Amino acid sequence: MLLIKCPWCGVRDETEFSYGGEAGIERPLKPEDLNDQEWADYLFMRKNTRGLFLEQWNHSLGCRQWFIVERNTVTYEIIATSKIKNEAPDIQVDA
Amino acid sequence: MAPMNKYSAFSLFKNALTNNKNWQVSWRDATPKSKYDAIIVGGGGHGLATAYYLAKNHGMKNIAVLEKGWIGGGNTARNTTIVRSNYLWTESSLLYEKSLKLWEGLSQDINFNVMFSQRGVYNLGHTLQDMRDIERRVSANQLNGIDAEVVDAQQIKQAIPLINTSKNARYPILGASLQRRAGVARHDAVAWGYARAASELGVDIIQQCEVTGIRKNGSQVMGVDTSRGYIEAKKVGVVVAGHASVLADMAGIRLPLESHPLQAYVSEPLKPVLDTVIMSNAVHGYISQSDKGELVIGAGIDPYIGYGQRGSFCTIEHCMQAIIALFPNFSRVRMLRQWGGIVDVSPDACPILSKTPVEGLYFNCGWGTGGFKATPGSGWTFAHTIANNQPHELNAPFSLDRFSTGALIDEHGAAAVAH
Ligand SMILES: Cc1cc2nc3c(=O)[nH]c(=O)nc-3n(C[C@H](O)[C@H](O)[C@H](O)COP(=O)(O)OP(=O)(O)OC[C@H]3O[C@@H](n4cnc5c(N)ncnc54)[C@H](O)[C@@H]3O)c2cc1C
Ligand SMILES: [Zn+2]
Repeated sequence: MLLIKCPWCGVRDETEFSYGGEAGIERPLKPEDLNDQEWADYLFMRKNTRGLFLEQWNHSLGCRQWFIVERNTVTYEIIATSKIKNEAPDIQVDA
Repeated sequence: MAPMNKYSAFSLFKNALTNNKNWQVSWRDATPKSKYDAIIVGGGGHGLATAYYLAKNHGMKNIAVLEKGWIGGGNTARNTTIVRSNYLWTESSLLYEKSLKLWEGLSQDINFNVMFSQRGVYNLGHTLQDMRDIERRVSANQLNGIDAEVVDAQQIKQAIPLINTSKNARYPILGASLQRRAGVARHDAVAWGYARAASELGVDIIQQCEVTGIRKNGSQVMGVDTSRGYIEAKKVGVVVAGHASVLADMAGIRLPLESHPLQAYVSEPLKPVLDTVIMSNAVHGYISQSDKGELVIGAGIDPYIGYGQRGSFCTIEHCMQAIIALFPNFSRVRMLRQWGGIVDVSPDACPILSKTPVEGLYFNCGWGTGGFKATPGSGWTFAHTIANNQPHELNAPFSLDRFSTGALIDEHGAAAVAH
């Protein structure tokens, strides 16, 4: 069981959260300018990183906020959690 | 090497007389050559089947299977071995039905007992909407020439006396789809049998050989870097399940996959209590009994990306609740072992069996939680794709292109939990 630190509520059981996958995927500002390949890339293609990974979780049975988790996808160790900023997340991953 | 002895009742008897000391090894543990006509990365069932059909159907003999650990050590020998072909859409049901037909003759074909047991699979319905979906899927199967029937709760109770069909259950059982030709097989025998048959045809099976890089010249694949040196090949087929994105990254390709832990469990051995396979999407669990007597149980994936071959305890608890809802008697059964695999989940719950933007590089992945049943057909069609540099008609719809053309094959209804 993962113990996840919600930036608002503190450390809680995994069962209180739901998973939101890869973080930092930006919705294209002008979708109509994309070709099919670029649109597919945005919609479907994923990093699916083996190792240090930035992902989104939602504290769905708690404060219901989305936030960013930096986690090792092999050991499952959670390195850090942080609030979502308006800019791209500032956590550095040295992959 | 001397040709392999054929396995038969007679060979069992003869070897018993000499205290079973004279059995031959099943396949050659080869050392890598510097160059092959084709390399298969990944020694799971799908990779080994691909190599076997490349040699058998397409006459390619100078090929190697590179496995980073031991053959079958990935999802192949971690799965709960449900084999069925009752998928909803024509594209997928034809591919899985091709596999089912191959399963029916597989032990004979590769001269290895894969213990394929057609004990039937019930997919339970617990709501009126479930039953409508079941009727739709059964009709679709019948139109595709696949055996399928709808059964009611009474028929289920008759066939499976221990199941809880009480109307007061939290999720009462209203009926099910039944595919009688479906069943289970012995997972590691599938890896060993294909390895032995491929090795017999000249394929090098190379274990403890991890691919660490994919070399290209322009857009043509040239070979692979491995933990045992560089190996040249103009055709490389990648069949590494949960690690597909890692290998794609080496070739500069992006895939629409997420790798999740998927767990399974077996109980202490019991006397025979269950002679078929039961699956339920609504309570989220499935169960069969192995020939050794263990209950073999599984459910859905852990939600997060995970390459650790283990998942969370809450997933185990959820699965056990489902099984006890279906079989209250099993609440006193003790669980013996638990493990996890890494499943490569695609957006439409369908596999990718495809050429790639890199010439000579092919990917077979995205089988997610349900690819064991497809092992023979996957190998058959992927071998065709590699040998002819174009897809077989059965796997043409499963190309990587479908994510940009929009021609997805949405099997979530038939395959989401179901394996
Ligand atoms: C718990 C569980 C239950 C399941 N239940 C069912 C079921 O009931 N029915 C069903 O049909 N399917 C089921 N599945 C899914 C099924 O197991 C898989 O879809 C199928 O076995 C995949 O086979 P494969 O040969 O592609 O992969 P694998 O058997 O995983 O083989 C891939 C191989 O690639 C190797 N590899 C990885 N990276 C490298 C590298 N860099 N270099 C060399 N080798 C590498 C791995 O070591 C591995 O041996 C289940 C899976 C799990 C985990
Ligand atoms: Zn919170």
